[in-house]
Amino acid sequence: MLKTWSIFKREVAAYFLSPIAYVTGAVFLVLSGYFFSILLFATRSASMQGTLGNMAVTFIFVAPVLTMRLLAEEKKLGTDELLLTSPVSITSIVVGKYLASVLTYLVFLAVTLIYPAILRHYGSPDMGPIYSGYLGMFLFGAACLAAGTFASALTENQMVAGIVGFGILLLFWILSWVSAAVTGPVGQAISMLSILKHFDDFQKGIIDLSHTLYYLSFVFVFLFLAVRTIDSRRWSA
Amino acid sequence: MIEVKNLTKTYGRARGVEDLTFSVEKGEILGFLGPNGAGKTTTMRIITGYLAATSGTVRVAGYDVFEDPMEARRRIGYLPENPPLYREMTVRGYLHFVCEIKGIPRSRRSGHIARVVEACGLGPVYGRLIQNISRGFKQRVGLAQALLGDPDVLILDEPTVGLDPRQIIEIRELVRGLGSKHTIILSSHVLPEVSMVCGRVVIINNGRLVAIDTPEGLARRLRGSRCLAVRVRGPRDGVVAEVGALAGVRSVSVGEAGSGAGTPGGPAGEAVLSVETELAADVREALFFKMAERGWPILEMRFVDLSLEDVFLRLTTEEKLDDASEVAASA
Repeated sequence: MLKTWSIFKREVAAYFLSPIAYVTGAVFLVLSGYFFSILLFATRSASMQGTLGNMAVTFIFVAPVLTMRLLAEEKKLGTDELLLTSPVSITSIVVGKYLASVLTYLVFLAVTLIYPAILRHYGSPDMGPIYSGYLGMFLFGAACLAAGTFASALTENQMVAGIVGFGILLLFWILSWVSAAVTGPVGQAISMLSILKHFDDFQKGIIDLSHTLYYLSFVFVFLFLAVRTIDSRRWSA
Repeated sequence: MIEVKNLTKTYGRARGVEDLTFSVEKGEILGFLGPNGAGKTTTMRIITGYLAATSGTVRVAGYDVFEDPMEARRRIGYLPENPPLYREMTVRGYLHFVCEIKGIPRSRRSGHIARVVEACGLGPVYGRLIQNISRGFKQRVGLAQALLGDPDVLILDEPTVGLDPRQIIEIRELVRGLGSKHTIILSSHVLPEVSMVCGRVVIINNGRLVAIDTPEGLARRLRGSRCLAVRVRGPRDGVVAEVGALAGVRSVSVGEAGSGAGTPGGPAGEAVLSVETELAADVREALFFKMAERGWPILEMRFVDLSLEDVFLRLTTEEKLDDASEVAASA
């Protein structure tokens, strides 16, 4: 546990000492600021509903960039030889690094809190959906970052990790499109897996346990796969 | 302290190391010698737990590295071939981080780091970013990282590669000094380095153990014979048969002495031989009269001194052939 903390601390420092956090953060914030202001001018309603939905879609593109370096770079630079031969479990390494990306994401989200603050200052928004919406954004982002972390475990090439991570998220996104064409229980089952579908209720102010569980198991499965991937590398190369 | 038994590692169809068995006693410095690609790094990575073996066991300080990896790793300091450094960290930050992941208690950390920094001569760069320090200092930071936690066992993979001659001497001195407190395995493809620093040498080639002995022992083993390089104009097979029949001759091989089998046996009509003889026997006169009797003129005849370098080459010539064919294939 203590070692997870050490890995986490080092990784957070690496994020904020390099341009990655600032550049991805800037892109994410510019886009969400654009959505917020356009939607506010267009609808003139003190609500975050549309803005949060668009931010979520934006983050599908941002998350792989944020995570692609995590494990791939260690392998590339040979620093994984230090970590994997130290008395630290692979789980500690993966979880520590993953949590660092989650913290970075939370910093982005914290900056966007300025939008609801503006709404409150000039209007009287219904705060319930905003709170639940942000909880949903957090869970949704955490899920995206877990998939990205897994992609980063697959390769030593950051670019490949980014593309694969994006591919995984895109697949889970477009699952909901497929469900429109495929009817019946199969279609329903497929749409149950869709990563954005579970976000809708949070936006509307509903905190449903099943959606929360979906995101948590999404995180668990991909982090587990990342740990297994790194462990299995010892056998091949 | 380190016991390696029947260690085998295969990569798909390719062979990494095969049936390697050796042990290292407490306080010993063992040299690991072999051409590039012989399996040195693979073996070291298995001992440190970075790679898993296909079969065989490795025990470090009594702990099996596959079954008890955490206990074994606590006792190992490892310097990989490329020092595992985070470029964006300062030397100070990096060494603290290594202390943390090695589980050194906070109260002991700063004193311990100070000692290691002193031993590795890192004082001048302690506060600087790793990406800005010289190659020699990077190597020392890597070594300092391995020393943190006072591990019983140090595994150093080519610690002097890529350094300038002065830095090489400094690192060697440092490693030799560490030998009193730690058990060390050091790999190298530079022979004098190993014979200078190590008490015992393992020569590994093509993933197999070729020889294990003290540097003196290895040299003696091959100096138990003398080597005579001979060039004769005459039928190769006939010359080999005649020379082989002389008293005092141990073996005759076609090709330049010291450069190993596989070199051409000279132009057509000539036989280039390397003749191994008893240490006491001088076969030159007998050889001359025998050749004269058959009417095959001797063009050249001289003793060849086998240095440790030749020993190494002789023991690992098979690898040289493989390398040559690989180069040819990739060209």
